[in-house]
Amino acid sequence: MVRADFVIVGAGPAAIAAAETLRKTEPDKSIALISRENIPPYSRMALPYVLTGQIDQNGTYLRKGQNYYKDRDIKIYHATVTSIDAGQKLLHLESGASLGYGKLLIATGASPVKPPLPGLDLPGVEHCWTLDDAKAIADRAGDGANIVLMGAGFIGCIILEALVACSAKLTVVEAEDRMVPRMMNTTAGNLLKRWCEKKGMTILTSTRVTGLSDVDGKLKVDMDNGQSQIADLVVVATGVKANIDFIAGTDIEVNDGIKIDHHMQSNVEDIYAAGDCAEGRDFSTGYWSVHAIQPTATEHGHIAALNMTGRIAYYKGSLNMNVLDTAGLISSSFGQWQGVEGGETTESLDAENSRYTHLAFEGDRLVGALTLGRTENIGILRGLIQSRTKLGVWKDRLMKNPNRIAESYIANTQL
Amino acid sequence: MQKTLHINVDDCTGCYQCVLACSDEHDKSFNPMKSRIQVFKFEDEGRFVPYTCTQCDEAWCQKACPTDAISVDANGAKVVSDALCVGCKVCTIACPFGTVNYNASSGKVIKCDLCGGDPACAKACPTDAITFVNADTAQFDKMRNWAGKTDAGTQQSA
Ligand SMILES: Cc1cc2nc3c(=O)[nH]c(=O)nc-3n(C[C@H](O)[C@H](O)[C@H](O)COP(=O)(O)OP(=O)(O)OC[C@H]3O[C@@H](n4cnc5c(N)ncnc54)[C@H](O)[C@@H]3O)c2cc1C
Ligand code: SF4
Ligand code: SF4
Repeated sequence: MVRADFVIVGAGPAAIAAAETLRKTEPDKSIALISRENIPPYSRMALPYVLTGQIDQNGTYLRKGQNYYKDRDIKIYHATVTSIDAGQKLLHLESGASLGYGKLLIATGASPVKPPLPGLDLPGVEHCWTLDDAKAIADRAGDGANIVLMGAGFIGCIILEALVACSAKLTVVEAEDRMVPRMMNTTAGNLLKRWCEKKGMTILTSTRVTGLSDVDGKLKVDMDNGQSQIADLVVVATGVKANIDFIAGTDIEVNDGIKIDHHMQSNVEDIYAAGDCAEGRDFSTGYWSVHAIQPTATEHGHIAALNMTGRIAYYKGSLNMNVLDTAGLISSSFGQWQGVEGGETTESLDAENSRYTHLAFEGDRLVGALTLGRTENIGILRGLIQSRTKLGVWKDRLMKNPNRIAESYIANTQL
Repeated sequence: MQKTLHINVDDCTGCYQCVLACSDEHDKSFNPMKSRIQVFKFEDEGRFVPYTCTQCDEAWCQKACPTDAISVDANGAKVVSDALCVGCKVCTIACPFGTVNYNASSGKVIKCDLCGGDPACAKACPTDAITFVNADTAQFDKMRNWAGKTDAGTQQSA
């Protein structure tokens, strides 16, 4: 039986960040990665750019060198893990084989889920989650194709950008009352909606798809507003679920994902988790949360690896943050943009130019932010929030003019 | 010996020569929007602050990049490969200093690359407010201290 000192299930960004840190800190120990997708480790985030033709498959690879993993003695197995025997420290694979581990990192990410509606198994209904999905969409999303996008959450809106770039005619159906509800308040969501409509998209908020059917080889999409739409392609982006079925039968504690402590360890010794499948500490709230974003995945992976080698690395928690480009309108959100109890918020709106800045404070510290139409020095928002910088006099200046973000930070650190 | 940009805020007179030199070097234009170094003006205090990437050790930008588009060159600079960058902008929110920025005209991001080891800003600065010096003698001390506070991750102890 094969055994490795460090076994990582998954080959996404969390897994690769972990494998690199493990190799750096433990040059002589064995590292094995297991991925159920039969291609080199790649980045889901890059898929929209495959759709638009900006990059090919190679462009999605997380590391580019041909022998990158071999050179670092990181073994990659293409197999599906079906169960864990935590007592024997063994993984069972679909092939019937098994693999022993010293320390285990679960970095299996998440998978999209289809809502329980009729017709979602018809040909032409796709997710946009794997490289194969992206290829299937590209096949149908040619010039002038009619596409219905179900779900205008963060992932939905990222795909939206790519679908528009394919010159498709796009209808977006979102059950909630605005686009990207978890990243935007009503003002920002409405600005974004108007922007999309100006670009020729049809945006239906507070609307649900009730079912799909095949009409002469095309898809008929029925909605709860009584209308229906004929489409060549339906892309479903209505939510995801952590890939953790294979831990059934263990004592690993699970909520929306595997619950991990400040050291990325689950409640079972020697089993760690990272990325989209893990419910780690939220920097802002102190509670547990799945932040299904790239920066969190790599941070988790890095910190998990340090702890797996016996070094004690403490993670303060991940900051929920996103950046979106929607047909040229760039938006970002950080932390508790909704505001916190007893805190204050401020905003500046230039609706004509689709520019919006909304800041949330607790005392004189920034705790969240939401922007539309600005990209300059945007990362400073993260810095201000995560350093818990006391803004002093700059708090009032920002309350009056929220656009002075960069100055407020530079004055506090450089003057 | 690795060299680093050293900024002495007290010596900056706000002449913007660095900004123009940077945009000329990288964009063949005199356009502050295309410069990777910025000068912030503080009216009330009557002060100017040149501001750019410190090529920090944590390299949040590089770690967050999904396509391996940011790498470290021989001078220790974190450089963006235009060929690999897809313009996703994740690095721009990941860098807590806001010193990697989206450039809408190229659809990619831009940041300080130390000009391959001979930074145009330092050459252009008439008051030596910006110098290119040995890394151990001078660092962006204030920024680096602050970076320690920001680190989302590790407070390492043995
Ligand atoms: C289209 C799209 C666009 C996105 N855009 C952004 C963005 O702009 N910004 C952002 O921050 N995030 C974005 N994301 C989210 C980001 O891609 C994820 O947060 C990130 O991929 C999570 O990394 P991970 O390593 O946890 O999981 P994943 O990348 O999902 O990797 C999971 C790995 O586990 C393997 N695996 C799963 N189950 C098993 C099993 N049983 N046995 C063996 N192997 C298994 C999979 O094959 C895969 O290799 C996007 C996602 C998508 C789909
Ligand atoms: S751009 Fe930001 S994160 Fe990247 S090296 Fe410079 S300071 Fe560090
Ligand atoms: S914008 Fe370019 S350099 Fe930045 S994270 Fe995305 S691909 Fe990497």
